[in-house]
Amino acid sequence: MLLNIKNLHVAINGKEILKGLNLSVNKGEVHAIMGPNGTGKSTLAAAITGRENYDITKGEIIYDGETINDMAPDIRANKGIFLSFQYPVEIPGVSMTNFMRTAINAQREFNGLEAIPAGEFLKKMEEMKKLVDINTKLTKRSVNEGFSGGEKKKNEIFQMAMLEPKLAILDETDSGLDIDALKVVARGVNELRSTDNAFVVITHYQRLLDYIVPDFVHVMYDGRIVKSGGKGLAFELEEKGYDWIIDQEDE
Amino acid sequence: MQKSDTIYKLLETSLINEFEQKQVALTGSCHPVVSRSRINGFEFLKDNGLPDRKNEKWKNSPFPGQYEEEYLLDIPPVFYDKAAEEIFRCEIHGFWADTYSMLNGWYYSTKENQLITTGDGVVVGSILKAQHQYPELFEKHFGNIANTEQDGFTAANTALFKDGMFIYVPDGVEVKNAVQLIKLINLQEPLMVNSRNLIILGKSSRLTFLHCDDSVNHTPGFINTLTEVYMDENSSFELYKLQNINDNTSLINNTFIHQERDSRLKVNILSLNGGKIRNELHVNLMGQGADADINGVYLVDKQQHIDNQVYINHAVPNCHSNELFKGVLDEEASGIFNGYIYVARDAQKTNAFQRNNNILMTPKATIDTMPFLEIYADDVKCSHGATVGQLDDEALFYMMQRGIGREDARLLLMFAFLAEVTSKVSIEPLRISYEDMIKRRLRGELSICDKCVLHCSEPDKPIEFDIDLSKI
Ligand SMILES: Nc1ncnc2c1ncn2[C@@H]1O[C@H](COP(=O)(O)OP(=O)(O)O)[C@@H](O)[C@H]1O
Ligand SMILES: [Mg+2]
Repeated sequence: MLLNIKNLHVAINGKEILKGLNLSVNKGEVHAIMGPNGTGKSTLAAAITGRENYDITKGEIIYDGETINDMAPDIRANKGIFLSFQYPVEIPGVSMTNFMRTAINAQREFNGLEAIPAGEFLKKMEEMKKLVDINTKLTKRSVNEGFSGGEKKKNEIFQMAMLEPKLAILDETDSGLDIDALKVVARGVNELRSTDNAFVVITHYQRLLDYIVPDFVHVMYDGRIVKSGGKGLAFELEEKGYDWIIDQEDE
Repeated sequence: MQKSDTIYKLLETSLINEFEQKQVALTGSCHPVVSRSRINGFEFLKDNGLPDRKNEKWKNSPFPGQYEEEYLLDIPPVFYDKAAEEIFRCEIHGFWADTYSMLNGWYYSTKENQLITTGDGVVVGSILKAQHQYPELFEKHFGNIANTEQDGFTAANTALFKDGMFIYVPDGVEVKNAVQLIKLINLQEPLMVNSRNLIILGKSSRLTFLHCDDSVNHTPGFINTLTEVYMDENSSFELYKLQNINDNTSLINNTFIHQERDSRLKVNILSLNGGKIRNELHVNLMGQGADADINGVYLVDKQQHIDNQVYINHAVPNCHSNELFKGVLDEEASGIFNGYIYVARDAQKTNAFQRNNNILMTPKATIDTMPFLEIYADDVKCSHGATVGQLDDEALFYMMQRGIGREDARLLLMFAFLAEVTSKVSIEPLRISYEDMIKRRLRGELSICDKCVLHCSEPDKPIEFDIDLSKI
């Protein structure tokens, strides 16, 4: 099992947001997580990636056989956990190229490898830029600075492609994308998908799941996963909304 | 204010006594213009003392708290017996700069090289020597660019300066290599150095000047420098100040610049380390079309203090000024930035911009930033802005999520913050050195001992050099 979350409780400033969440993800699987706004989907992503001030008050996150509750975010990242941010951050003054090279070299150092040779790095950049169809000019700019909403999301997938994570969490990467951009994002994911890695795709919309076909669909509500099923569940949600599940839950 | 009925502090007393005792030597060997200034400076100092906190421009400054300290004021000229590079190697050097030095307040060179003239007629050397060889330039400029009676420090400098650098660039000459002045203090006892520089650029001339203040050991010191710069029509002057002095040393750097028509000034001040540093920059835009671009970066930590006071005087129409100062303050460091912009009544079509951005790394670090705008013309474009913030936590997490360690991520963010200023350094090798020094400073690797060529195992061990006893 690549990721095993057991009875996870997470509080922010003493307020409990996740209230006993269970989730297991195996290599080679794609899981979709759906659910109304404010139910804790991004909080789950933050807890898995080790964001400060997201206190795990109970439960365990086990990644690749190891409990990572207290592990620093950069170590988790170097062990192969990647988050495509719902709101990618702008970093003025740090060029995309420099940022990417620093990240790749951090990962390589962690794995006992030498720094990436310049030629190899540039070649990989070119290749991945093509994959996600981003303009060469963007990688010359500062990280996310002046990028459009769509460009920011594509840039997340670009970084994912560069870093080749074992577990990638996509937090509403599809929100605000037109259909072409959506296809690009899906192509990126499908291209990287293998029996050795897994994806957790957080989304509001069934339409992304037309392109990234999930093995499992989970519905989150009020800090818990309240229903799980196959990809059929997504269609059901598309048709009926969340209310029928919430009503069941509230009873 | 008359100081006579109040009690002088120790430093004030020593400065006054020093002049009274050495008046004959100080004024006797000088050009009459210089001796007159010295006497006026002394009178001002005697009447006013050094600036105290009642003085509006010093009210938040820690300098006035320091006047009870004792410094040597007069040490004999240093005998030149080894190249300055044997005592100290500056981080910044290279084929693009010609290096000159001052040691413990004295121009440090062989006797023949105290004042040299290059093929183009460019004169570089000791101000003591220059006053006699170029009296007409001193009559015209010495003490006329600076307000020597601004405060007790400018007055004390004028009364007591020991030596300093003189540069003259004739009309039409573009000096290819940068002129670099490395000022060192290397003594086992606390020393106060009053040094005076005069730089004159002829019409359509060009000069790049690097003014480096460095310490070689950890002995306390006080450096009080006054620099006058005259820029004639259409001249270009780039001034880089690099300050890397020990935590026990105070530095007051007063620079007065007079700009004639269409002259272009570019300043970049890098304050890397120092106990207390106050940079005052006075730019007088006196001819139409003059342009001043003033930039600074400061990095302070421990209980260090940095103060940048910039005065831009738009006296005539159609001039442009731009100020950008950025700093990172760590631990318990404190800082002040005051940007004064004065636009005279008929200085129409003035453009004046000012910005100061700060990052405070801890809750105990402080910065006091304030614009002072006095605008009497009506057709003016003027803006100012200041920010005080912390490192962006969102950005920090974003970088760490990509595998970059916390320390590296912090460094990248701080460096990126400062890069807006350093990227304006136009000499590429200099920019690379600047950026490299900043990176090392941010990593905590840059110590003044790094650059000492002796590599002694005890970092505080003073370095020996010879004093020529025959000159006492
Ligand atoms: N930094 C924070 N401080 C306090 N409450 C927060 C913070 N971030 C999120 N929350 C709260 O946690 C809940 C879940 O938010 P989030 O995980 O962003 O939901 P989702 O991603 O499912 O829309 C919401 O009620 C939100 O208001
Ligand atoms: Mg969310």
